[in-house]
Amino acid sequence: MTAPTKAKAVPRAELKGDLAVLKEKFGDAVQPAEYEGVVIANDVLLEAARFIRDELGYRYLSSLTAVDYIQEGYFEVVYHAYRLEGGGPLVFKARTPRDVATVPSLVSVWPGADFQEREAWDLMGIRFAGHPNLKRILLWEGFHGHPLRKDWKEPYYEEEHKPFSSRWPSGHHIRAEDRVFWHDNVQYPLDWDPDQVEDTSDELLYIGMGQFARAETGELVEPKSLRTERLVVNMGPQHPSTHGVFRMVVTLDGETIVRLEPVMGYLHRNHEKIGERNMYLQNMPYTDRLDYICSMSNNLGYAIAVEKLLGIRPPERAEYLRVIMAEFTRIVNHLWAIGFLLNDLGAFFTPALYAIEERELILDLFEEAAGSRMMCNYMRFGGVAHDVSDDWIARAKELVYNRLPRAIEELDRYLTHNELIKARCQGVGVLPPDLAVAYSTAGPVLRASGIPYDVRRAEPYSIYDRFDFDVAVRYNGDVYDRYLIRIDEMWQSLRILRQALDQIPKGEIQAGKKQYMIRVPAGQAYGRVENPKGELGFYIVSDGSPNPYRYHIRAPSFINLTALNEMCKGHKVADVVVILGSIDIVLGEVDR
Amino acid sequence: MIYGLGILKGLGVTLKHFIYSYIEDVRYLFEGGRYQPRHLPARQGPRARGVFTVQYPKEKLPLPENFRYIPFLVYDTQENKIKCTSCGICAKVCPPQCIWIVRGTDPSTGRPKPEPEAFYIDATICMSCGFCAEFCPFDAIKMDHNYELSSYERYESLLFDLPRLLKPDTYHAQIHPSDWARELAEKEAEKAKKGEKAAAHTSA
Repeated sequence: MTAPTKAKAVPRAELKGDLAVLKEKFGDAVQPAEYEGVVIANDVLLEAARFIRDELGYRYLSSLTAVDYIQEGYFEVVYHAYRLEGGGPLVFKARTPRDVATVPSLVSVWPGADFQEREAWDLMGIRFAGHPNLKRILLWEGFHGHPLRKDWKEPYYEEEHKPFSSRWPSGHHIRAEDRVFWHDNVQYPLDWDPDQVEDTSDELLYIGMGQFARAETGELVEPKSLRTERLVVNMGPQHPSTHGVFRMVVTLDGETIVRLEPVMGYLHRNHEKIGERNMYLQNMPYTDRLDYICSMSNNLGYAIAVEKLLGIRPPERAEYLRVIMAEFTRIVNHLWAIGFLLNDLGAFFTPALYAIEERELILDLFEEAAGSRMMCNYMRFGGVAHDVSDDWIARAKELVYNRLPRAIEELDRYLTHNELIKARCQGVGVLPPDLAVAYSTAGPVLRASGIPYDVRRAEPYSIYDRFDFDVAVRYNGDVYDRYLIRIDEMWQSLRILRQALDQIPKGEIQAGKKQYMIRVPAGQAYGRVENPKGELGFYIVSDGSPNPYRYHIRAPSFINLTALNEMCKGHKVADVVVILGSIDIVLGEVDR
Repeated sequence: MIYGLGILKGLGVTLKHFIYSYIEDVRYLFEGGRYQPRHLPARQGPRARGVFTVQYPKEKLPLPENFRYIPFLVYDTQENKIKCTSCGICAKVCPPQCIWIVRGTDPSTGRPKPEPEAFYIDATICMSCGFCAEFCPFDAIKMDHNYELSSYERYESLLFDLPRLLKPDTYHAQIHPSDWARELAEKEAEKAKKGEKAAAHTSA
């Protein structure tokens, strides 16, 4: 399996529009890249990034990731920036030789690059010069190597790519543990000594937090009459209301948050490495397990990214089914998010259980259509897996026209005007619009801060351009607005569902013949969808073989967390839990 | 607005839910009680009110035909043979690679023959995605409906071998009626085609 080599005539990107402007401005430092975008020389990268943001107007950095071109001997960092008015991306790339592995950090231009650069350092081993806090983010300090590099092999490594040849035709079952003679999980490096291993993550973390605590920042005015001391407190991992195994380290001044740093990776399984070992189709059920509340829309995002490379579109009926499933998923997710926000507020489980009654009914529909309630695995490249019956459509209509509007209305009546909720949520965790954009937040978090940016409108995918709906937007950017916007979005989803269920045509559900080993033409594609939690993007590099060469996920919950520190500053410990709940994260997606 | 009115309104919703749970119980009083299996569709349907929970394991939700949980191999009871031809497509398409197949060989000729010698599915790894059943060209592997697989030991009892995996096609027909109907129709069509061909052959 080879990387796209230069020997093969690889099409270069055409420089037109804004790329041409960029080329004109920076001359030879900007070169056309393979397939799409431009490569910008490292010494002008920062300047070019500022130019792209301020002059060209690409204010929103959606995705930052790295690709290891081992044969050519360099790493490529790929950036996708968007205009908030909508339209396609500006793709630019930076390259660095594998033995140098350093590129300038863009955190000063887009603070939203923070976690994404840390992730690239952690998994790919690229240093970002000038990054304020370049630590590992998903793995621990002391971990050996950088797993997404092409020459890194995981424990129980069998073969470069699936399908493994040991399974057939003489597949005598052997347990992975038995393949390693010490029946344990690891491949140790040759010079490895267990006594020398030290996990210094916590030390590094506390030193950072402590320094900040000692520094006289002047951000918080200490009352003179009361002497307070700053202390570092761990919240989590495994606190029931922190939405999974997630930890926040906070520096407190009295009871007020001075600084917060999320610690994650407890659920890390290197989804992307698994994805690069898999064949294209085999990734589909794995995407279910990213954000396990919204498996349908994860499927959709992945299918759209691969279909971009394949150059196919599903038949009409399949497009409608996809939209119906994705919008039902949005309702499921928002019901869940609202229910659990109330849990975080201390209203233990009554609102949550009322909210997820309707979720059960929607999951019944999913189960009938896809075969599973949560791990749907429903979409295929160029279609969907199963057709639905007329009875299914009738039941879905019954839900959409009768049950769900009543349920949302009831939830609204139940919670929206509750004085306790108002007191706890209004003015808490405010994220101003400029920061919301700078931190690359997406979905309800971004729209609650007054930025009407919705991928369904900004860069319509599937058949969303046919439906009549509004992009919900709220302007205060606090927890209360992030709650209200989810109610608004459910109403909009119902509008789309009504149109889709009324218009759905009869016909095929799969374009062409269903294949299990598809060959995807060499190329690069970034497919993104408006997931309930924000913009979900799949960046796929194909080298023409049956397995993706690079498979990256822009996980909305992960990137939304970049803004958590900003939202929590100056609030109390009890508010942190609520603010986290209002971002609505799922750890399956954060940790990947 | 009076402070606290929002809370009271909200509590009204809770009260409504509370009362409905009793009304529903009373409504079914003369029909043998609400928790009868025959009332399950109504209790879980789009018009359901009151208590929403299912009393598992006393009652179980009916499973749709598409439901998938760990594959099984179909045994053809009419022709008395395993339908699997050990072509290996399921093993290749399996995302977590949990299927192991030993292809059968004819002892007299040493050539491969269309029957598996051994077939393993490691249920500890299987993610129940259903690809094996979806891509099997011989309708030989299907997804099961039996989801109660807990055991006291997690190695041997969850490694399914050929005898454990085989289930008669009558079971398949029972849990997948429409899929079975499609199979029969396809078989009929093929037979008709063959008959036509043979007829054409003799007439020519």
